[in-house]
Amino acid sequence: MATTRKAPVLVVVQLTGGNDFMNTLIPYTAGIYHDSRPVVGIKAEDVLPLDDTLGWNPHAAPLKAMFDDGDVAVVQGIGYPNSNRSHFRAMDIWHTCEPEKIGTEGWVGQLVRELDPRSENVLTAVSFGQGLPRACALPGIPATSVGDLDNYGLMTSIGDEGQRTRALEIFKGMYSTPVGSGIVMDYLSQTGLDVIKGADELKKAPAMYKSDVEYPQSSIAKSLRDVARVHLAALGTRVFYTQHGGYDNHANEVPTHPRLLKELSEAIQAFFTDLRSQNASEEVAMLVFTEFGRRIRDNASGTDHGTGGGAFIIGDNVKGGLYAEYPSLDPARWVHGEDLEHTIDFRGIYGTLLEQWMGVDATPIVNGNFEQIYPFA
Amino acid sequence: MSGNDIALMAHLMRRAGFGTTRAELEAYLEKGYENVVDELVHPERGTPIDEDILQRYFGGEGAYVGIWIYRMLNSRCPLQEKMALFWHHVFATGLSKNEHILASSNQIDMFRRVGMGKMRDILLELSKDPAMIFWLDNNDNRKGEPNENYGRELLELFSLGVGNYTEEDIKNCARAFTGWTFGQPIPLYPHGYYTPSFMFVEEEHDDGEKNFLGHTGNLNGDDIINIIVEQPACARFICRHLYNFFVADEPQVPSWNVTPPNDADAIETLADAFMASDGDISHVLSILFNSDFFKAARFMKVKSPTELVTGIVKLVGTYQRPEPGMGKYAGATQLMGQKLLDPPTVEGWHTGKEWIDGGLLTSRVNFAVREVSDASKPGIQDIITRLKSNGNSLSPEEFVDKCLELAGPVEVGDTTHQYLTQFAEADGALNFEDDDAAAENQARIVSLLQLIVASREYQFA
Repeated sequence: MATTRKAPVLVVVQLTGGNDFMNTLIPYTAGIYHDSRPVVGIKAEDVLPLDDTLGWNPHAAPLKAMFDDGDVAVVQGIGYPNSNRSHFRAMDIWHTCEPEKIGTEGWVGQLVRELDPRSENVLTAVSFGQGLPRACALPGIPATSVGDLDNYGLMTSIGDEGQRTRALEIFKGMYSTPVGSGIVMDYLSQTGLDVIKGADELKKAPAMYKSDVEYPQSSIAKSLRDVARVHLAALGTRVFYTQHGGYDNHANEVPTHPRLLKELSEAIQAFFTDLRSQNASEEVAMLVFTEFGRRIRDNASGTDHGTGGGAFIIGDNVKGGLYAEYPSLDPARWVHGEDLEHTIDFRGIYGTLLEQWMGVDATPIVNGNFEQIYPFA
Repeated sequence: MSGNDIALMAHLMRRAGFGTTRAELEAYLEKGYENVVDELVHPERGTPIDEDILQRYFGGEGAYVGIWIYRMLNSRCPLQEKMALFWHHVFATGLSKNEHILASSNQIDMFRRVGMGKMRDILLELSKDPAMIFWLDNNDNRKGEPNENYGRELLELFSLGVGNYTEEDIKNCARAFTGWTFGQPIPLYPHGYYTPSFMFVEEEHDDGEKNFLGHTGNLNGDDIINIIVEQPACARFICRHLYNFFVADEPQVPSWNVTPPNDADAIETLADAFMASDGDISHVLSILFNSDFFKAARFMKVKSPTELVTGIVKLVGTYQRPEPGMGKYAGATQLMGQKLLDPPTVEGWHTGKEWIDGGLLTSRVNFAVREVSDASKPGIQDIITRLKSNGNSLSPEEFVDKCLELAGPVEVGDTTHQYLTQFAEADGALNFEDDDAAAENQARIVSLLQLIVASREYQFA
């Protein structure tokens, strides 16, 4: 486990829809790349070379700069066996580490159970954006889901403080005893009580936050700024979860995918700049993942669902560089004759973060032992 | 009429519609349950909303979701709007990609038009719908360069469910839909939105032989749909969707191939009705609403954000006529996790328990509390009048029970009842004799209603 003075924090950034890894880190010297992607392929002269076989998408320049500074570990060829290429199954599998059956226990939820076994802090995991991802869901384990950090709290429209306090007391009572009429009602009760607890804490964050860093205008930048605000308020949050959507580029990939990469990499750069300027970055590691990569050949407009993808682990304590192997471009090695073969199982990457960064036993969470990488300094 | 009749009718109208005002509830009760079901499943017999008035008050493409919510509140055929919402859940098409509000709203209009007819016609219209074609890239699905996105989701999410076809079926299905595209609409700038329409491009269509679910031949998309709707798997899949939407929450769709239905007999009953009627959705719905399993399923579903919002607006009795301001309700459902016309993925919204998490529950409670806070709204005034008509004075317990009755009826557990009563007791009996107390009474009624709509039980339909 890497040592930091403060308790380690994990920030998860989920790229929803299946990021095109081949167009993120591009095998720009391989003829077969250009031959397979006459429409969406990035020209060799446009990439930002990393070495003499791989180059960054030019729109990911901020990420490349962070890589050059040694803060980005690229996990090449991440995936899992027998992918059926459905988004929903894929995301479920990533969220629950259950490729064979339908899992209900999210891996982040299980991590939270290890970090805070008595559920003492409802803010141990905080997710920003619409809805709580299944990764954070685990019956009985609180995870706070924040849509709007600046106006978080119950019955905020009751202007009279005395009246509102009285109403909240009754609310607490009404939600107090699970009526035992089923798991949904019990879950609802716990959620209501957790919101009251969490809101009292979270409202401190926006008030305390000061920063000179300007975040760009994008949904992922807004989410990461919210992560920074809560992290800097020191409320004991150990896992943050955010999402960046729109990566399902079956069509019109050329205008869409570069814009997404630009938004993502600018947001990540602003986030770390912000934390560094406030001396709050060394305890943070970020995982950027997506549910799958995309097909090798383009479909004349975009790319269809594929298998082997890529992930990033980013932070001050990260030993930057390339990890695992870039999937083979040799057609003989393609899965189903059209897909990249993954070279490392995502459960090993979760294991890497869980054991080497968060300091918990990964085996019961990822349901087995999988090859890990060693990206922490 | 018994309390059970009222509770049952309110249940029917929460599920088959979007709730009722108290006066509407009483009018439905006059007609009787089976007659109301019969009326609901035959929207063609009712009077449609005056489209001209809608356009006059709400015009402009961006206002569509507001107009739709207005229709939900005021349609004489609420089940028709509920079915449009149902198909929007199942055939989830997102504006975030389409960025063409007219194409998306035309799709909802299509669901309203054909959504209670035969499954075959519904899938055929869906396959020709420009918003869907663009959403799942069928406009890029060409002979020799198949894009299998639509072919896959048609089978996985729209008709059969995982496990009832092979990867080969997907590829052949996709080939059958090659050339099914839409004509490019007139450019948005500077002309504004024009409706795109379906186009079959002969030269982009793959005329080769295809194998699909045991059928072989030069199959076109129409043939594929004809084959699909005759599969018992299609009947079971669509009926499980109907059960999940109208009766009680099922697990999320991706697990259906491995998790059996909560009530397999009910699904079988509905699927039999589907097969026997050549996939007639209206017929299946009439069997559903008249069934014992439906009647027994009171408060067994978590309200979707749309149901929560429309139910509250019905309760407070506003927007019974067109007036500006519907857009805020579109925004409200979005904050609760349901941005209409823009589901997060083609899988649609995860429902049931997944409508609830800390942030979403906060949005639900805050919206409901804010809406009932204004005592001048007609629905709140109606509740005050009805409370008064029960005599000059109500004990705290009577006050609570009457409010629960008039706000739904909402059926609450002992804990909730106990705390509501405790809240009411703090200020003693509700006394209508003293005119000076009118303002205070009004404030007390509003406060109690705020707590009722904030309760756990109110989150269920």
